Amino acid sequence: MNGIHDLGGMHGFGPVAVERDEPVFHARWEGRVLGMVYLAVGYGWVTVDTFRHGIERTGAVDYLTLGYYGRWRASLERILVERGVLAPGEIDARVEGTPLDPPPPAAPPRETEYGFERTLATPARFAVGAAVRVRIASPSGHTRLPRYVSGRCGVVAHVRPAYVFPDTNADGRGEQPKYLYNVRFESPELWGDDAEPNSALHIDLFEPYLEPA
Amino acid sequence: MSHDHDHDDHDHDDDPIARRNALRAEALESLLVERGIVQSDVIDGIVARFEQDIGPLNGAKLVARAWVDPAFRARFLADPWAAAEELGLATGPGHTPIVVLESSSSVHHVVVCTLCSCYPSALLGLPPTWYKSPPYRSRVVREPRVVLREMGLDLPPEVEVRVWDSSAEVRYMVLPARPAGTDGWSEERLASVVTRDTLIGVARPEATGD
Repeated sequence: MNGIHDLGGMHGFGPVAVERDEPVFHARWEGRVLGMVYLAVGYGWVTVDTFRHGIERTGAVDYLTLGYYGRWRASLERILVERGVLAPGEIDARVEGTPLDPPPPAAPPRETEYGFERTLATPARFAVGAAVRVRIASPSGHTRLPRYVSGRCGVVAHVRPAYVFPDTNADGRGEQPKYLYNVRFESPELWGDDAEPNSALHIDLFEPYLEPA
Repeated sequence: MSHDHDHDDHDHDDDPIARRNALRAEALESLLVERGIVQSDVIDGIVARFEQDIGPLNGAKLVARAWVDPAFRARFLADPWAAAEELGLATGPGHTPIVVLESSSSVHHVVVCTLCSCYPSALLGLPPTWYKSPPYRSRVVREPRVVLREMGLDLPPEVEVRVWDSSAEVRYMVLPARPAGTDGWSEERLASVVTRDTLIGVARPEATGD
């Protein structure tokens, strides 16, 4: 989806603010949220792709104001309600101290293969050195194809194994593993006359994002 | 966002957004514990691991060993997790794959995740706030030299800058070049100049003396 999360290349965010000697967590709740997300994903209640899609659906204003772990918190709430683990309004009720009947028990996690790497019977479509163009796409769902490379031409730098395809795994259409390619783009291909000299971008793109150039 | 705030032990009672995050996170945890989805002591363990056990020091040890031992360097580049295991730094089975990018006097690597904030956390700990912030994520792909200069690293024009956008389940860390003036240094002293920023690629190690 073309959300605010897809930040690559945007102007207007100002300088990078570096905090000296920052703590691992700035408040206790941040660590609690991280732990809950790790467990909800680790136990298989939700996938990491569903979780990332939940962050992307937070909305532009909330995305920029909730903070990093605030976005995690908002996504976890959303996707656990959608998953049936929590009833709509249940967190509000708990915060306000109002009793609310729990939802019926959610379906237990499905057994999935460990990790993200998968083996495909078919060979990879592109080889190292292949000239590729990134397909122009604007899906409303989750994708790992950033806008700033859409439609651009690059060269395959590395052929990686097949991995779970986030675009389908995020919304219940399953893993549908796809080969992953590291593609190199020369900076002028991405930024035109405004590109910095002697620089390039490498990015990992799934096979369905690419076509021969 | 919150980089102007005082960071104390309170959950930002004066900041309505932080207060809302804290209250809702607490409600969420109590509900998930009741439902058997999470366990508070397991969350305690995850938090403690990131606060105490996993951090950039892991990367510094790997880099320092790679600088003094060419055979280890080759193993580190070929299989970073196996190399980490050799040094006793890998915990638990199965890891998100890591690719090590070797910077040199002619090529400088720098890592970002424009879509979220992917980072080799299982090895190097959690990323700094600036790495997760919209300014870094939006700008470093478009104007890496300007961003690096602002962060204190002025790269000569003859050095090629390669920006790596971590857009899938592969994580990247930089193996920086060993700085001049460190001949004869112990591995421990070498590790002391390998900061988190040098492992991301927004800084280069410098032979600053102890």
